[in-house]
Amino acid sequence: MNLTLIIPEIFLFLWALLILFVDFFTAEEKKHRLGPLSLVGIVITVVLVVFSGQGQAFGEMFSADYYSLSFAIIFLGSAFLAICTSIDFARERIKHQGEYYALILLSTVGMMFLAASRELLSMYVSLELTTISLFVLSAYLKTDLKSSEAGLKYMILGAASSAILLYGISLLYGITGTTVLKGIQAELVGSAFPGPLLVISLVFIIAGFSFKLAAVPFHMWAPDVYEGAPTPITAYLSVASKGAGLAAMVRVFFGSLLPVTSEWIPLFMALATMTMVLGNIVAIRQSNIKRMLAYSSIAQVGYILVALSAASELATTSMILYLLVYMFANIGAFAVVIAFYNHSGTDEICEYAGLSRRSPFLAISLVIFFLSLVGIPPLAGFVGKYLLFLAAIQKGYYWLVGVAVLTSVISLFYYMNVVRQMYFRKPTKNDPVKVSWSLRLALVLSLIGVIAVGVYPDPFVSLISKAASVFVY
Amino acid sequence: MLPYSWLIPALPLLSFVLIVFFLIRSNKASSYTSIAAILGSLALSVAVLAEVLGNPQPQEFAINWIFMESFKLPMVMYIDPLTAVMVVMVSLVASLIQIYSLGYMHGDPRFARYYAYMSLFAFSMLGLVVAGSFFTMFIFWELVGLTSYLLIGFWFEKKIASDAGKKAFITTKIGDFGFLIGLLVMFFAAGTLNMAEIFDKVHHHEIALGTITAAGLLMFCGAIGKSAQFPLHVWLPDAMEGPTPVSALIHAATMVAAGVYLTARLMPLVITSHTMAMVVAIIGAFTALMAASIGLVQNDIKRVLAYSTISQLGYMILALGMGGYTAGTFHLMTHACFKALLFLGAGSVIHAVHTNDIQEMGGLGRKMKTTAATFFIASFSIAGIFPLSGFWSKDEIFAVAWEGGHYILLVVAVLAAFMTAFYMFRLCFMVFTGKPRDQEKYDHARESPKNMTIPLVILAFLSITVGWVGIPWLKHGYGSFVFFEHPHHVAPNYILMVISTIVALSGIYLAYLMYYKGSISPVKMAERFKRIYRVLFNKYYFDELYMATIIEPTYRLTEKLYKFDLGVIDWLVNFFGDFTVFLSWIQERFDTYVVDGAVNGLGYTIRAFGGGLRRIQTGQLQNYAFVIFLGLVVFILLRFL
Repeated sequence: MNLTLIIPEIFLFLWALLILFVDFFTAEEKKHRLGPLSLVGIVITVVLVVFSGQGQAFGEMFSADYYSLSFAIIFLGSAFLAICTSIDFARERIKHQGEYYALILLSTVGMMFLAASRELLSMYVSLELTTISLFVLSAYLKTDLKSSEAGLKYMILGAASSAILLYGISLLYGITGTTVLKGIQAELVGSAFPGPLLVISLVFIIAGFSFKLAAVPFHMWAPDVYEGAPTPITAYLSVASKGAGLAAMVRVFFGSLLPVTSEWIPLFMALATMTMVLGNIVAIRQSNIKRMLAYSSIAQVGYILVALSAASELATTSMILYLLVYMFANIGAFAVVIAFYNHSGTDEICEYAGLSRRSPFLAISLVIFFLSLVGIPPLAGFVGKYLLFLAAIQKGYYWLVGVAVLTSVISLFYYMNVVRQMYFRKPTKNDPVKVSWSLRLALVLSLIGVIAVGVYPDPFVSLISKAASVFVY
Repeated sequence: MLPYSWLIPALPLLSFVLIVFFLIRSNKASSYTSIAAILGSLALSVAVLAEVLGNPQPQEFAINWIFMESFKLPMVMYIDPLTAVMVVMVSLVASLIQIYSLGYMHGDPRFARYYAYMSLFAFSMLGLVVAGSFFTMFIFWELVGLTSYLLIGFWFEKKIASDAGKKAFITTKIGDFGFLIGLLVMFFAAGTLNMAEIFDKVHHHEIALGTITAAGLLMFCGAIGKSAQFPLHVWLPDAMEGPTPVSALIHAATMVAAGVYLTARLMPLVITSHTMAMVVAIIGAFTALMAASIGLVQNDIKRVLAYSTISQLGYMILALGMGGYTAGTFHLMTHACFKALLFLGAGSVIHAVHTNDIQEMGGLGRKMKTTAATFFIASFSIAGIFPLSGFWSKDEIFAVAWEGGHYILLVVAVLAAFMTAFYMFRLCFMVFTGKPRDQEKYDHARESPKNMTIPLVILAFLSITVGWVGIPWLKHGYGSFVFFEHPHHVAPNYILMVISTIVALSGIYLAYLMYYKGSISPVKMAERFKRIYRVLFNKYYFDELYMATIIEPTYRLTEKLYKFDLGVIDWLVNFFGDFTVFLSWIQERFDTYVVDGAVNGLGYTIRAFGGGLRRIQTGQLQNYAFVIFLGLVVFILLRFL
């Protein structure tokens, strides 16, 4: 029993409680200061995560290794950026700011446990801690019908998918007699023929996780929830929640189900193909930028699934790197959307006309984030996609990479549509869009991330490849 | 210290980022940040130089940049005596010019942006100098080209300035293209772009001589473009449309010297391939003479200096072509000092009288004592008068030609030196002495502020003394520090010294007769040699020639290509665009009618079976859940069928 390993999680949990406590004694007009206070907590947690040791705790349940470390940094990073983008938004439009920040921190705690968990039940419990906080956050704009609807839909469908996941887990337990991943692997290596029960259990587990990833056809909730939820929460959902799903899914599949790859790799490929095709094509028709980004983020998961179909060390490396890159680009893009929304109260793409003349900094930032999402060098997205596709090519899945490249080209279409609006249309208004310090911080950090990883990826790749080596392929 | 040399370029980069993202609104903060950064680089450069002086062994530092298994491109930093001298020179001149700019650019509406560009330039130029592989160098090479473009067109409201920026960018790009092809040839021949490794292979005859010549000459094309050598010299005089401190820094002292620096780095190739050496030397000699002859008759003070720069760069290239590694790089150092001084002096004059035309100046020496005195010092230095810097470095070049037996080249060089002395003192006399030709401008003229004159004085001091490190009878001078393969000691050649002094003095004396005393009338001279005068005045008609043979045909070709584009390519692109839209339209229809329809239909069926089951408010939610379960079922079926 080694409690020191979970000090970062405990600290972040206590910090969330501290926020609630301080909230109690803070006057309404000063509550926006809880945002920076949460940021401080996150920074301290990052330091704790980096310097806390590695090892195992609670038997086989909890493992602090490079894998959980890199995911923890991604989760904390996206929470940090999401809170940065929240501060003005929350001050203007949200009641009960204390709970808002505390819930973000709590869901982050859940994600950190999730990435470190090596046992199915503790994984499930962490997943619930994460998603239940997110249900509440999605419905946070209580007076807004769309937000309430989003929360409700998310909760009901989330509960259904959790049930499916749990069912899959119980089947797997029934087959192998254990919920510890290592034990499951040991059982599966011995068994000669994977029975139909195993197939059903795998399908159920994949379906349960795919809901978290918003992979087609389990994506139906995503556009509605992304549109309805408060925009900073959308940004957080689209990165951290997906990241959590991926962390758990990869831990389960690469950590215990590698002996039966032939059973689940075709499913991954099918998911990847459908997700890329549908996400990218439907995104073209969107007129609301949040909905467009929702479909784009669905498509992005498709690219990650391409790499995961390869089930190799490079697949894991590229998945984590891409998640990091995607975090900067996507939250950065959302930060621009939030800045614009705070100023003008609309998310319609046609309202972005002439933004390059009103706010050149916002416009060029959005262009950079979009180009990174498409994967244009020398931005980070290029390195990320290159490694993702390389993983698939190494296994000879040329057609899958073909689809990925083709749909990437299609994605240019809808990203560039926004760019066209910003640069080649006349503005309807002329007032510059104001950007507060916290949003500017989020933007600059994201820009630095997108450029730094793109220009000099080597240190990031070599760090992350340590995380990928926790599995035996 | 040496492993941290990357900080030298990194500091200006940091300042660039800070200015662009945070300080762009504050003129003061931007300029001070930029100056602080370049002074920091200067301090570090001096430290590096001190360390290299102690231990001149070249050192290399590399980091991995691109990491594919079969293909690695590291970023390499290479520090040897030449690098150490260059970083000090670049950061010193850049510091002085940034300080000078405080006064010169005062009140400009884009003041902060100017300093951002200056920082970006310092970063690129210092990066270029410390680069240790041709690949790394090429990146910075292109970056300095970009900043040069941005700064030439800094006052882009003036059409002539933005045109000049474009001209510079496109013309140098032609050379860069050759450089790039040369890089590729070299990469395929040697399997690496690391300088040290390539030179090792060249040294051990592992690369065929033909390949060396081809790759070397192609890479030299980059130098031709950047250092404005014939036939790509046409951009540099036009580049004078940029702010004068920019001309001083980029188009006189540092960036244009990058071509010379590259040629110096290519020295092992020049030594190996005689063809290459010959081409390099001839291009240098021709450029030196041609540009000096054009400089004789121009009336724009900055353009005279621009042609002088081209001519002096030709000198350096000539020296390198004759194998004079020490001489070429030595002249590069001294030239940077006195040419920067000449430009800043010209800037000070322009600042005072608001014109570039020397026919509207005259007698300014009485009003602008510091400017005049420093300008005269620089002119004596460039003319090669004992014991100023220019004397020693020019003498070194003559000595190389003499030693190698290149007598024709020597004569060309001496002739160019005569012209140099003449046109420089034509400038001096017309601007600073005699009667004012434009009384109104003369009355308004005033000496420039302190932050402009102090850099002048410092540079004047350097223009006198920098050359002393290379005095031939010094035992441990420049030649025993910066050399190629073995230290280069030329015995003091007194005959040459006397000749070059006589040549310089006679050039000055002729200028004195024509423009000070007036005993020979310049107008009559122009009349007498009408034809030559017209050719020189029109710069050998190079611009017109390029216009007729390259630019016009290109325009015509573009016109045709444009029509092709419109008719064929656009049609195809539009077709695919429309097709994609059509596909997504189908997808949407499919979603609405088929998926939704099926879902609704199934929903109705289920409801029919379910009988009394009531609808929850949002029909959609049900649909969503249904799709999830449908997916589940399909997946399971897929696995079993």
